[in-house]
Amino acid sequence: MGAASNMALKDTPVMGTSPGGPTSKPAAIVPKLTVSNLNFYYGKHQVLFGINLNIPSDRITALIGPSGCGKSTFLRTLNRMYETVAHARAEGHIELDGEDLMSLDVVQVRRRVGMVFQKSNPFPKSIFDNVAFGLRVNGFRGKAALQEAVERSLRRAALWDEVKDKLHKSAYALSGGQQQRLCIARALAVDPEVLLLDEPCSALDPIATAKIEELLFGLKKQCTIVIVTHNMQQAARVADVTGFFLLGRLIEFNKTEILFKTPTRKETEDYITGRFG
Amino acid sequence: MSRRLVWRKFVNVAMFGLSGLAAVVTVSVLFFILGYLFWHGASALSWSFFTRLPKPVGEAGGGMANAIVGSAKLLLLAIATGLPVGFLGGVYLAEFGGRTISFFVRYTVDLLNGVPSIVMGIFAYTVVVLPMRHFSALAGGLALGIMMIPIAVRSTEEFLRTVPTSIREAGLALGASKWRTVATVVIPAALRGILTGVMLNLDRVAGETAPLLFTAFRNRFWGRGWNQPIASAPVMCFTYAISPYDDWHRQAWAAALVLLLLVLAANMTARLVLARKLSIHQV
Repeated sequence: MGAASNMALKDTPVMGTSPGGPTSKPAAIVPKLTVSNLNFYYGKHQVLFGINLNIPSDRITALIGPSGCGKSTFLRTLNRMYETVAHARAEGHIELDGEDLMSLDVVQVRRRVGMVFQKSNPFPKSIFDNVAFGLRVNGFRGKAALQEAVERSLRRAALWDEVKDKLHKSAYALSGGQQQRLCIARALAVDPEVLLLDEPCSALDPIATAKIEELLFGLKKQCTIVIVTHNMQQAARVADVTGFFLLGRLIEFNKTEILFKTPTRKETEDYITGRFG
Repeated sequence: MSRRLVWRKFVNVAMFGLSGLAAVVTVSVLFFILGYLFWHGASALSWSFFTRLPKPVGEAGGGMANAIVGSAKLLLLAIATGLPVGFLGGVYLAEFGGRTISFFVRYTVDLLNGVPSIVMGIFAYTVVVLPMRHFSALAGGLALGIMMIPIAVRSTEEFLRTVPTSIREAGLALGASKWRTVATVVIPAALRGILTGVMLNLDRVAGETAPLLFTAFRNRFWGRGWNQPIASAPVMCFTYAISPYDDWHRQAWAAALVLLLLVLAANMTARLVLARKLSIHQV
């Protein structure tokens, strides 16, 4: 699809959501999240430096880079999960659909921006209660409606057929890959506009990984996906656009194909050809 | 060289023997106490021991029903007063406390744990018995309740800390408030452990005598309600043991035996529950 060039930004700070890039096509994609000049600190230690990027709506955005480059920290600013860490501080501007993310109610932010973590973290509850948790928290009532919503979420996470006969068994009885899909179903249950995934496949075998990637393809029609991954092949397979982080800076951000085939920055090329990292 | 080797082997065997001996002593102390209590107390155990009130001196028979019920009432009061404070305090330390305040609270709790039980009795005497001008179950229950607080705080905190942070993050990431996450995810995950802590805590205060001596005092009859002096197994045991009558001595032994058996039973139940909890975590 006509991925607009307004996200083919690298160092150009893009302010606002103007699609006025030099070669913008008619089907310019609206950014879902606009990050401008984001700096991030743990205490006095700065881990992100002047990040600018637009995350396109209803696309998969991958963030790659070596360990400790700040990509996970960046992800955690997008739903303000970093706030749970003492002395963590973000400076800059993030907009969700044009609204200032930092001045929204944090509970609202997290309802709209869901998150799946690196290590699957189901609650020690039944499969059903895991998926229903977010719904109940958000005031969803009614048994039949709840059941329907749980089924729909499990179907969206391609897990329904595997668990429909044991909905009231412990989530811990599932395999690692199933647990991770359960976490995705749990996040999807509240119908988030954005789904953040922090290396969701790092603990999974190739088959479970393939299932999750397939699932992400299906999901991008319904929500905006941002995935942090160590695995460059994974980024190349699933993502429409990819950002490369190095030492707390966004080095390059472009359509996945362009970033992998003809990177404009030397650091990117070095990384994707395996010269470091 | 070889002499050195012999010496080293000797030290090894000797230390193994000593530490083994210490282990045997530890175990045998319990069995010795248990056997001794059985030897002296079992003969006084009968149905009426559990169902009758004490008889006046000189009359044979009679029981300690009032003391057993009294102990149960005191423990209920202790749970009602001490447990909520201890539990919520533990939740605060594990989930909400900042570093400095938590350090201060934890330190205070440890000090409180070290306060002699007789001092707890004096405290309850001062704040309840003196203003009310009489001994009461209420005062005794409060003294025991305060004694429960430190262990309740620390065991609640410890068990909440065993719940992985990732689960808290999952709750928060779904738009649940901190308290909601703690109440509906973290506490249920640690509940079994917390309950085990409560059981062990109860075990400990069930045998306390000193805090009751001038709070609940004692009563030869059913102390009705919560506002009268009330009999309790440990105090009854104490009173009977220092009396000059053989019959009372036997009953004191029996009371001690019953108390110990109840504590052992509660302890074993708690451990079984804990073992099950651990095996569930490993799934």
